[in-house]
Amino acid sequence: MSTPTGKPRKQIILGAYLGGVNHHTLWHLPESGSQIDFSTFERTARTAERGRFDFFFLAEGLALRERDGQVFDQDIVGRPDTFTVLASIAAVTEHLGLAATINATFNEPYELARQIASLDHLSGGRAAWNVVTSFDAFTGGNFRRGGFLDRSQRYERAAETIEVVRSLWDSWAADDLVIDKEAGVFSRSGAGSFAHTGEQFDVGGWFGVPRSPQGHPVILQAGVSPQGRDFAAASSDAIFSPYGRFDEARDYYQDVKARAAGFGRDPNHLKILPSASFVLGATEAEAQEKARWVREEQVTGRTAQILLEQIWNRDLSAYDPDGPLPDVEPALDAPSFIAGRALTHADRPATVARLRAQAEANGWSLRQTVIEEFTRGSFVGTPTQVADALDDFVQNDGSDGFVIGSHLVPTGLDELVDDVVPLLQERGSLRTEYEGTTLRDNLGLPAPACAGATVEAARA
Amino acid sequence: MTTDGSLTAPQDPAGRGAPIVAVALDGAGWHPAAWREPGARPEALTDAAYWVGLTQLAEAGLVDLVTFEDSFGIPVGPWDDPAADRTDRVRVRLDAELVAARVAPATRHVGLVPVVTVTHTEPFHVAKALATLDHTSQGRAGWQVRASPSGTEARLTGRRDLPEITAEDYAAGRADEQVAELFAEAAAVAETVRALWDSWEDDAEIRDVATRRFIDRDKVHRVDVETRWFSVRGPSITPRPPQGQPVVTALAHATVPYELAARVADVVFVTPQDDAAAASILAEVRAAEARVGRTGEPLRVVADLAVVLDADGRAAAERLARLDAWAGQAERGWVTDARVLAGSAADVADVVEAWTGLGYDGVRVRPAVLPDDLDALVTDVLPELRRRGLARTAYDAGSLRGLLRLPTEVPNRFAAV
Repeated sequence: MSTPTGKPRKQIILGAYLGGVNHHTLWHLPESGSQIDFSTFERTARTAERGRFDFFFLAEGLALRERDGQVFDQDIVGRPDTFTVLASIAAVTEHLGLAATINATFNEPYELARQIASLDHLSGGRAAWNVVTSFDAFTGGNFRRGGFLDRSQRYERAAETIEVVRSLWDSWAADDLVIDKEAGVFSRSGAGSFAHTGEQFDVGGWFGVPRSPQGHPVILQAGVSPQGRDFAAASSDAIFSPYGRFDEARDYYQDVKARAAGFGRDPNHLKILPSASFVLGATEAEAQEKARWVREEQVTGRTAQILLEQIWNRDLSAYDPDGPLPDVEPALDAPSFIAGRALTHADRPATVARLRAQAEANGWSLRQTVIEEFTRGSFVGTPTQVADALDDFVQNDGSDGFVIGSHLVPTGLDELVDDVVPLLQERGSLRTEYEGTTLRDNLGLPAPACAGATVEAARA
Repeated sequence: MTTDGSLTAPQDPAGRGAPIVAVALDGAGWHPAAWREPGARPEALTDAAYWVGLTQLAEAGLVDLVTFEDSFGIPVGPWDDPAADRTDRVRVRLDAELVAARVAPATRHVGLVPVVTVTHTEPFHVAKALATLDHTSQGRAGWQVRASPSGTEARLTGRRDLPEITAEDYAAGRADEQVAELFAEAAAVAETVRALWDSWEDDAEIRDVATRRFIDRDKVHRVDVETRWFSVRGPSITPRPPQGQPVVTALAHATVPYELAARVADVVFVTPQDDAAAASILAEVRAAEARVGRTGEPLRVVADLAVVLDADGRAAAERLARLDAWAGQAERGWVTDARVLAGSAADVADVVEAWTGLGYDGVRVRPAVLPDDLDALVTDVLPELRRRGLARTAYDAGSLRGLLRLPTEVPNRFAAV
């Protein structure tokens, strides 16, 4: 694969993902650092900014994961509050976008609009919101509202949440702050007024955060199902793609961009970002060897059993990781054996059938199957090879960039920034200086339609 | 200031430390017309640099803590209609907890205490946000628990119906039941937040490489809170904050909130209008502590004082008159929940001396205008207090609890004894 000729070179979008609550992060290495001290977040964010990344990204999980009713203790456990740590990171960075994964199920639109707009002001226009929804009664046990949301209503709630949040952001026109000390006029009459009545929300009043630097902070989503793809294509600025392999990624890219165009949007204003990891070496052989070691450290025999327990939904600790896949069938109707984890295998029997077919065809053990099938998109090689691969992936429309993370916290990103970023910059695929002052500017997203007109119309 | 950052001052013969001096930051200042003063920066209320600058100024004055005022909705004066469309008042306010988080890495010593509304928010979110503020500030977090009895604020989320309470309702006692219920819920939220902070023991993270266990799960606990308003299972997703228990504060004006503070707070802010009220309020707070059976550390009782500072009383009174004229309250003057003192640095020091003499642990100054009255506090009032031995001469502790002389080893309610 090489860069197509005759097309303008795309600028690679890079998000930095801080490894956390999952089996990817190798916390047991001596050089791994704290997962909660602010210094870890500061270090990673500063490294990303040094590498001219677009944004720093934090995932979220609102309950400690459990296995068979007990807190799961093998992976990293514990994380900070997303908004708070991002607001603190804003103090130690200047340009880096700050992307918060925040659940629309366990927050109200008014709170979300206020917190995100506050973060946007406090960071000078760098806030982004990765919208996720949940229908998970286990996580709901931590909240007043419980896990009340019916699965079929996830998108309905998310869509209406985004609609209300954006209407709150639009409730102040850019010129609503008058601040005439002599005349005693602080703001224009009606500024911040909002009202919404819908299926999910019946709200109204005054919004106290004037229009933020981005107007609309950047909205990210993930979408896999046809409904999810439509939803994301219609309403978000960027999409997290789950597809790390080029062919799948390009199909997804084409599909979602076409859907965006179908909604009357410029497909260039919807950015597609798969998650990715990397392993670097002085030679290709060294990198491949290290990558194999990383995968085996990530997926111990025990971890392999547990990852399969998510699919089988039953205790698999008796199955030898070096033996074949379990011959029992998944427990489809039992209560969740693993709780608090995003469900990535909706169709369990189909997933089991696929894994069995792969294991049989390749002669893989249980653990090998997990290593091969659960590894996310990974770029392995010398710095030049990795730079080539990242660039080719983007220039050939596998994506518009990546959300990239390391198995090592907080120093894992260093070598990518030191060794790969300069190569991408040399070939003109990555900025050497930030173009704009806001995340929206840097991502090449248009300013949202100025609220002034709509607000005026609504008030008339 | 000496080279090591300390300031010279009389010794503290009693050894109980200087009184607490706190600063309450709110918008352009606490006076409703503060934003119209020449020195005010109303256009900067949403800028990080504004809040960082004010907090650093307070820190330069060796203030113990700053509070960041907040409400769930827009800022509304104590007796103003919260639903009114007004153009003559500050109508903007960022989320205070995020302001504190933005300020944290830019400061080193001063305590950071945002107001957080508990009526319409999730106890779980509140607990992890404040725990995280304690992590990012390295042990300087606190919060001021706020209940919201406003029907207008309830409409913002539409999750519950609360009738609007007018000043007349309050005066006639018609709101007593609703307020008591909301404060009972607020106390339950604060208690739940404390339980969630304890839901991780300090040494829960073990990183045992041999067994590949990141935590000792016996040291991470469900809280299983069940109240008539909410339930929370726990544990928190955020490890125990550096202080163990960040500082809990409450502003209280009456028996019901005094009892809330006595149940759940470390510090209570009260609002005596004069020396006689100061004495009786302190007695009421102590009685509330006894009534609810508070054990351990007594509440730190801190009196709020709104200040308009100038070279002398006359100049200060003129400043206040100008502000009142702008606010359209020339006749009535500035009436707020706290005492308003328009005067000199010495006048403020006299009040601090009198009230700490009555047994108060300190004062929280509400600058009428920012940054003007905070400047004057740091430049004039704090040196005067130090001359009298009534303000700290150095930051002598590494956490907010330490600054407030609260125990810095905080037992965990879930730890096996």
